[in-house]
Amino acid sequence: MDSGLVIRKRSPEDAVVALAGNPNVGKSTVFNSLTGMNQHTGNWPGKTVTNAQGYCRSKKHSYVMVDIPGTYSLMAHSAEEEVARNFICFQDPDAVVVVCDATCLERNLNLVLQTLEISRNVIVCVNLMDEAKRKGVRVDLERLSGKLGVPVAGTVARRKKSLSGLLQAVDAVVDGKENRVPLRVRYPRAIEDAVSRIEPAVRSKSGGRLDSRWLSLKLLDQDPALTREIGVYLGEDFIMDPQLCNLLGEVRETLAGQGITPDRMKDMVVSGLVRASEELCRDTVTYEKSTYNDADRAADRILTSRWAGYPIMLALLALIFWLTLTGANYPSQVISNALFWFQDRLTEYFHFFGAPEWLHGMLVLGVYRVLAWVVSVMLPPMAIFFPLFTLLEDAGYLPRVAYNLDKPFKGCRACGKQALTMCMGFGCNAAGIIGCRIIDSPRERLLAILTNNFVPCNGRFPALIAILTMFFAGAAGGAFSSVLSALLLTAVIVLGVGMTFAVTKLLSGTILKGTPTSFTLELPPYRRPQIGKVIVRSVFDRTLFVLGRAAVVAAPAGMVIWLMANVTVGGVSLLNHCALFLDPFARFLGLDGVILIAFILGFPANEIVIPIIIMAYMAQGSILELQSLAELKELFVSNGWTWVTAVSVMLFSLMHWPCSTTLITIHKETGSWKWTVLAFLIPTAAGMAACFLVASAARLFS
Amino acid sequence: MSRTTSLAGLRPGEKGVVKQLLTSGAMRRRLLDIGLIEDTPVECLGRSPGGDPSAFLIRGAVIAIRSEDSADILLETC
Repeated sequence: MDSGLVIRKRSPEDAVVALAGNPNVGKSTVFNSLTGMNQHTGNWPGKTVTNAQGYCRSKKHSYVMVDIPGTYSLMAHSAEEEVARNFICFQDPDAVVVVCDATCLERNLNLVLQTLEISRNVIVCVNLMDEAKRKGVRVDLERLSGKLGVPVAGTVARRKKSLSGLLQAVDAVVDGKENRVPLRVRYPRAIEDAVSRIEPAVRSKSGGRLDSRWLSLKLLDQDPALTREIGVYLGEDFIMDPQLCNLLGEVRETLAGQGITPDRMKDMVVSGLVRASEELCRDTVTYEKSTYNDADRAADRILTSRWAGYPIMLALLALIFWLTLTGANYPSQVISNALFWFQDRLTEYFHFFGAPEWLHGMLVLGVYRVLAWVVSVMLPPMAIFFPLFTLLEDAGYLPRVAYNLDKPFKGCRACGKQALTMCMGFGCNAAGIIGCRIIDSPRERLLAILTNNFVPCNGRFPALIAILTMFFAGAAGGAFSSVLSALLLTAVIVLGVGMTFAVTKLLSGTILKGTPTSFTLELPPYRRPQIGKVIVRSVFDRTLFVLGRAAVVAAPAGMVIWLMANVTVGGVSLLNHCALFLDPFARFLGLDGVILIAFILGFPANEIVIPIIIMAYMAQGSILELQSLAELKELFVSNGWTWVTAVSVMLFSLMHWPCSTTLITIHKETGSWKWTVLAFLIPTAAGMAACFLVASAARLFS
Repeated sequence: MSRTTSLAGLRPGEKGVVKQLLTSGAMRRRLLDIGLIEDTPVECLGRSPGGDPSAFLIRGAVIAIRSEDSADILLETC
């Protein structure tokens, strides 16, 4: 995991500020507003799974801001919590900002109180003040600050201006101008006695490098992982110190004599923290209306209801696809016309300057044409799909999907949060695989990683959309055609999700045996998405990013393909040699050699599969001016495509090896070649089997 | 008319006060972290379409818990 984060200061004076907080309190939004960076934000718990850092400047200082994963506690039960705790404890940040949700302050204060035990340089940022106001929740910030003994700043992180108070507070803490005494939670007598018996020894032996009260508490409750970390930080001499060990042994015995086992002690500590938070809130938070959450409850009753829950999920998916398909049609046409007009101009220039034909072929017919295809086919659907999906994400719908799908996932002995990682896979499978960190159980996490590829990433969407429209929906014509496409696409996705369930079940019955672990999932309040920002962000951060990646791969691939299609050995092009070689096998799967080659060459990025197919067919003879899907269909049909080929290509696109980036990510996340190889083989085998079945059935009945 | 039941026995719309956690290990820690200690008031908000998990209002936050886990949380209805 990323606990070994290296802080990159821009100058030695930079102060390091950690941003901590419960999941889903707008921590990443605070981070983005402060640093001007674009960490992905979304209304669901657990989307920041690694530390991110950025820079920001106040009137007095320059800061390195570190966005650490959201956690409920610092008692480290999961990987993210460990990352968060280790950073606050052992990386000595100059200040720690704990971001809280004003609408749910009580639960958040638990983390604040735990942070106060470790660090004196804490600033509490009560975020989402606007939401709280709307719901009639009033937080007395001044009073809270007085009680906690640290600065408290109210913010609306979406509005940058509201963060100036927070920065001032951070300045004051870093300058050492805050010399109030932070609140310390008092635990039951037996624990306090035990702490006071060991604290002096702990203080002198640790040299004051960690808070001695906190250190004493942690040594008493004997968390093995934390003890190890402390050993690394303070040195083995400290942990193994005979005097200290003896004293600890005695005190633990006294506690045991009072019926306080380490587990019981942890309970008492947590209860103490929760009670203290409760008390703090009683004095500082007032609710003006008891019905403040009624709208959310009503929405939940519909979106997660027994009868409507699943249909609404499907309907939303189909609606998004329909909007994407309908909206993308026209701009796709315009962009492709423009780009191919430019190709003709390029060709004229090349001829004008008397460039050799091979150079023109390689650069214009190879590199440029593939790029043009990738851009015109991918850009419009992505520019529509991403914002729509982000809207759902921002509004807080995704956790409801996980809630709805937990039962079937449990049936496969997996975790409902796999639904969240599946949703991330729609954007990019590599991102989905990193997202699997939100699943605590290693077994369930592996299940999610190995099956993530069954949902098509947006690199595969355009091909699916194009083929669906050409072969199945185009004939219907008019408005109905896009409705039909959307429904068919939804069916394809449902098939992918079905495969996810089937394979998950298969794996948890064979190589990943085990019982489902316990599961808690927070369903955050719905929030009104910021439509303008969503559009800008998803177009610039996601669409252009993905497109850029595709272009980087597509350009050289275009050149390679052109060369393969035009360099001949024995009168036959290299591409044909390869295609002919693979053809017999590909026919079994309902494909042809060219298609299979395209998938193989598309290993670095799935986006280029269709462009490769087009280029290979065009190089084989019939030169076409490809400006519409109808002409494209003509090209495919003249190369022997039938509806069986179309279905097989879609199935294979849905189920084949993950792209190289995804595989590298899987290797990084699992640290094992075995799982990486399996992640390659499982979808490939599933796809080949599905294609073989369809092709054989079609042969049988035709 | 209060009765003793488990969190799993709470019907949608019903409220109760936590009396005891029989859970152990990681789940126990998780539940304590979200503030589910003795005397915490909870409300069952509803069930997911499959009938499980259920959603509970715990200290102002909505948390979904599976029935296997919520059966180990004893409470008194109110």
